[in-house]
Amino acid sequence: MLNSLSYGLLLFMLSSGLTLIFSMMGVLNFAHASFYMLGAYFAYQTSTYLGFWPALIVAPAAVAFLGALTERYGLRTVHKFGHVAELLFTFGLAYIIEEFVHLLWGRAPVEYRIPPILDFSAFSIYTTQYPAYRVFMMLVSVAMLAALYLALTRTRIGLIIQASLTHPDMVEALGHNVPRVFMTVFAGGAALAGLAGVIGGNAFVTEPGMAASVGTIVFVVVVFGGMGSLAGAFVASLIIGAVQTFSVAFDYSLASILTGMGVQLDPESAWYELWKVTIAQAAPVLPYVLMVLMLIVRPKGLMGTREG
Amino acid sequence: MTSFFHIRRLALWAITALVMIALPLLLTQSFAISMLSQMGIAVIFALSYNMLLGQTGMLSFGHAVYFGLGAFFSAHALNMIGAGNLGLPVTFLPLVGGVAGLAFGVVFGYVTTKHSGTPFAMISLGIAEMVAACSLMFPSFFGGEGGISTDRVVGEAVMGITYGQGRQVYYLIAGWCFVCMIAMFALTQTPLGRMANAVRDNAERARFVGYNPTRVRYTMLILSSFFAGIAGGLAVINYELVTAESLGVVASGNVLLMSFIGGVGHFFGPIIGAVLVTYLQSALSNYTLAWLLYFGLFFLVMILFAPGGIASLLAMHKPAWDVGQLRRLVPSYIAAGAASLVILAGLITLIEMIYQVETKKEQSGTVMNLFGLTFDAANAGPWIGSLATMAVGAALLWGASRLVRASWQQVTIAINAKRGA
Repeated sequence: MLNSLSYGLLLFMLSSGLTLIFSMMGVLNFAHASFYMLGAYFAYQTSTYLGFWPALIVAPAAVAFLGALTERYGLRTVHKFGHVAELLFTFGLAYIIEEFVHLLWGRAPVEYRIPPILDFSAFSIYTTQYPAYRVFMMLVSVAMLAALYLALTRTRIGLIIQASLTHPDMVEALGHNVPRVFMTVFAGGAALAGLAGVIGGNAFVTEPGMAASVGTIVFVVVVFGGMGSLAGAFVASLIIGAVQTFSVAFDYSLASILTGMGVQLDPESAWYELWKVTIAQAAPVLPYVLMVLMLIVRPKGLMGTREG
Repeated sequence: MTSFFHIRRLALWAITALVMIALPLLLTQSFAISMLSQMGIAVIFALSYNMLLGQTGMLSFGHAVYFGLGAFFSAHALNMIGAGNLGLPVTFLPLVGGVAGLAFGVVFGYVTTKHSGTPFAMISLGIAEMVAACSLMFPSFFGGEGGISTDRVVGEAVMGITYGQGRQVYYLIAGWCFVCMIAMFALTQTPLGRMANAVRDNAERARFVGYNPTRVRYTMLILSSFFAGIAGGLAVINYELVTAESLGVVASGNVLLMSFIGGVGHFFGPIIGAVLVTYLQSALSNYTLAWLLYFGLFFLVMILFAPGGIASLLAMHKPAWDVGQLRRLVPSYIAAGAASLVILAGLITLIEMIYQVETKKEQSGTVMNLFGLTFDAANAGPWIGSLATMAVGAALLWGASRLVRASWQQVTIAINAKRGA
């Protein structure tokens, strides 16, 4: 339960940045998960020199800087060619970031460890030890979410951002530099992904494949929650996080359920393999199945306000 | 509007056919023939992808699903032929793949084509991930990690053709490729092809004219997955092996890169892209382990500076060619090309040095060979040198680009003068 919560919160840190960027610029950032990966690698590199705590600041800042550069010199250039070109640009960028990571840190996972201060079990439920680092992860994510919420609703910058979401021309007419607002949002989203990388990288594994494995799940979250809806992304993150965490633990299959109901199954029958698949085995597919079901039932997504 | 049986167009198709027949006679090494076979498969696949992206404006990240599923069904069909349970000549095996691709296009397309634009792209990605994850759940059909292997030399020899030799396989692929190319081109001339273009440009207006955009998208996706399935079937005959990788997201990304680099705005664009990318992938991967990085950089440069792909770069020069002014551009192009080569040399040196220091140090030390030079990447000299080379190259390119612009200006004046006259 708590594991799924911490994983869901991590997913939300990623999907919130993606959603913000999407609803503002209409760009689906394929390199978003790559920023997450870069955050983890930067944190690893910083922690070998300075320790974990400075990495918590340095790595997201570095990722934000890269995000700003991407927006300024990449996306703004291809913007005139339309959304497809922007999408493809981030797609190509994801390619390159992964290859650079291969180049700089090799293909094997790096030893990015949980700091020793947090490496103890906070409390135990029944017989399960709950690591303190998970608690720390949740604290960081919740603090960040609160900060994001307050920044968006209570500060002047946040209000300008919200206004530029819906009425960019009007905001521009009022004398604000909308392209710079876009750049800030993009950098901010990248920083969120970077921060998620810093705290997620050592809880899971820091390796070149981490972007690809998380990236598509984040997309599922964004579609499931409704494109461009922060609240939807939040609920969807928790649901998908729970689905992914819990389904691994269940060892039931359709065959065992049917046998329990007294139906005899013939192991020779053609579909036996389908019946035999356990929920744990099907775990990687479940998020996508959920997404497809959602699209059939409610194409807007959970809390989406628009379609396409 | 030129008709399909226009004389120049027929000549072009005839030349294409002749080139496809003649190529294996000129390049006789088995390496070259297997590469030509790969190119043929890639051409069909990329063209089928362009039916979505170029013609209907649907950016799909999961097109390899139809290719891969077509391949798996063909592989099982081929094994059944081998066991004597299915009486189908191997020559027509790709049809099995095509029908399988079409069937899955009917199923998945129903969900995906309700959307367009970015949501379509994401859903296609989700479906691709779903199928890829499923492929590991059903090892008896997908063969698990090892995939399904087959033997293409089965059944009776028809006129001495058993597909034992690489060249026979090439001609089979070339034949299918030619037929598919004509079929897909003919499709662009039909009312459906035209409506697909209309839906791409403005779905709302297409609706006003009385067409249902969703239906047009759905039909195009089904047809394109048919051709993708054919390509998958040919891949089975070529490699005699199909693994879950062939329907993965990486494979989908690859066909997207091919089509885009070639140019999605023209029918022949993906053909150029497929040939070029297949060549680059097998040639570059022989020279350097960082080839994916070079490839990605190449892709980014294309998006930033030539979003229409190679085809649109070529098409840009057609007016100049028509008025016979192309030679005016040549000197400035040579200058720009030389400057780009200087930048490239610096960049390659830099990347290879990083690679040597970071990854290959344990095995072979920091001394390396590049461009016929031997140097030690642990010294500062080569690093400064490569950076300086890049800087010089950038300065040269800046100068050369002014030259290019100046000659284009002259050419444009000449074109306009000709048009006015």
